[in-house]
Amino acid sequence: MDHTSTFERILRGILLALVVLFFMFPIFWILLMSFQTNESILRMPPSVFFTPTFDNYIALVTGEMRTAAGSLQLNFMQNLWNSVLLSTTSVAVALVLGVPAAYAFARFKFRLGEDIAFTLLSFRFAPPLLVLLPLSLYFKSLGLTNTYIGLIWVYQLICLPLILWIVRGYFEDLSPDIEHAHRIAGYSWFQTFRKIAVPLALPGIAAAGLLAFIFSWNNFVFALVLASADKQPVTVGALAFVTASGIQYGQIAAAIVMSVIPTFVLAMFAQRYLVEGLSLGAVKG
Amino acid sequence: MSQLAFSNLSKAFGSFKVFDGLSLAAEAGEIVVIFGSSGTGKTFLLRLIAGVEEPTTGTIEIGGRDVTEIPPEQRNVGMAFQNFALFPHMSARENIASPLRAAHADEATVESGVSRVAKLLKIDHVLGHAPRELSNGQKQRTALARALAAEPRILLLDDPLRNVDAKLRFEMRLELPRLLRQSGATVLYVTQDYKEAMALADRIAVLAGGRFVQVGTPEEIYMAPSTLGVAKLFGDPSINTLETRLSADGMWVAIRGKDIRIDKAAKLGGREVILGVRPEAVALTQSQVGLPATVMAVTPLNERVVLLLESDGGWEFLASLPSAAADIPEPNTRLSVTFAAEGVHLFDPTTGERLHG
Repeated sequence: MDHTSTFERILRGILLALVVLFFMFPIFWILLMSFQTNESILRMPPSVFFTPTFDNYIALVTGEMRTAAGSLQLNFMQNLWNSVLLSTTSVAVALVLGVPAAYAFARFKFRLGEDIAFTLLSFRFAPPLLVLLPLSLYFKSLGLTNTYIGLIWVYQLICLPLILWIVRGYFEDLSPDIEHAHRIAGYSWFQTFRKIAVPLALPGIAAAGLLAFIFSWNNFVFALVLASADKQPVTVGALAFVTASGIQYGQIAAAIVMSVIPTFVLAMFAQRYLVEGLSLGAVKG
Repeated sequence: MSQLAFSNLSKAFGSFKVFDGLSLAAEAGEIVVIFGSSGTGKTFLLRLIAGVEEPTTGTIEIGGRDVTEIPPEQRNVGMAFQNFALFPHMSARENIASPLRAAHADEATVESGVSRVAKLLKIDHVLGHAPRELSNGQKQRTALARALAAEPRILLLDDPLRNVDAKLRFEMRLELPRLLRQSGATVLYVTQDYKEAMALADRIAVLAGGRFVQVGTPEEIYMAPSTLGVAKLFGDPSINTLETRLSADGMWVAIRGKDIRIDKAAKLGGREVILGVRPEAVALTQSQVGLPATVMAVTPLNERVVLLLESDGGWEFLASLPSAAADIPEPNTRLSVTFAAEGVHLFDPTTGERLHG
């Protein structure tokens, strides 16, 4: 039963196209910039016609940037690797810790349970600058400054609350009777958690993991303060393109394109789970 | 030795008591129906026995072993839930196989076990389907099959026919007793449909107000309800009641100004009582011995016809006659009624307890 007229449908199509254009344009423009030299980017008026060059990408991959003022060493590939390492490990640690915790919060009532859950959530909305100073002091005395372990630990402030609260909601939506039935069938609580609760909450776990990964990937301030060049992710590493001889727009654009690819690939992969989760919910019962 | 016994079972949430001192013992192969209206904690009782909830006090024994502190996976019970609770990410086959796999049965045993119960419940053609592809009736049978698969000693069935359509419910009501007897398990069956309870039970335990108000065979419960509440729960239409007083010799009861003879209450003379009369114990007569009444309405109800009658003193009551009975009266007919003794019950007006044997 579709009562929308042809006119309405055309209008809707145009409006949607405008929205997509609005949001996609900067990304499209950055993609174009990444194939241009600084000169052709900065010319007036700007143009979509240019001779493409791979110099920006080559400079990033080889780690050598040639500017008007001479040659400069770049850490970009190291930064990219740091980002991958920090984000994946942080999310993995947060999943190992957060999923069982979310299950506990969803299924059991215990003393101070709600308070603990709320405190964990508060890490998400407390401004990071608030904890940075004490953290950097602690890290110094613990010898964690400029270590991967230290950063992964701090990244739990980002990942753990997200995973805990999203996955908890998914666990709460599962009928406890399904788990009871599995226990009665002869399985221990841990087997039930592994074979029933986790598989059924998997779409939620995937969504939470993906979000946590994106938030970790995009983090700037923790790594800026707590790590130095060799441990820093791309977000901080991109600062290197602001050089004494000017801002290297072409290389920034190429760096952005390369640093977006992992999140993009992951989102494409996890989308299957997200959509699966939605359709599973639609026929629940 | 009883297969399942629980004694003095209580459960409280803060000051709210769900149960207070429930005790019951059931033999191997016995079907005990836990009957009560909704919200009396019937399902909760099954959960306590299954071990997914813990009692506040009391003990539960299965096969003579105290299992009160033992987790559900070690109790050797099977349970079918009212909402089926099938594992949505496993096929019907894997659902049914799960108790067998939990016991580390080899593949051949699992296969033969699954196909045995699947044949019994006529779902062998849908074993490959996921739960969401099954009809409600098939889901319910799959849930039953899963409960039966490992041949548990105790079978807990939580209103398994609640969520299936009327036709299937009727069929299953006929099939279930045979099926349950075959399993040889002690069955606790929860329902709030008294017909289902009467059709299936060896014994019925009526749960109300957190305790068993009566435990007995279906006949005992129906013919000698221990309280007014029990009498009202069993029977459709439900029992007619009237607050009244017995004559000094206990042989007569006043019904709004007209004395009617009842023969069962010699030692209760002069007492205030609640008179209960089963609609099917009301007999119509043309003679003048009975209670004069007028037919107000006639409602056919399947194999019976229900009459709404009003006595001359203004007491409205129901009579239930077989549809096949000759001369069903028209509305506004004047007639007399008498009450068959086995359908007349007397209860205490304050406690609701039954007053005679």
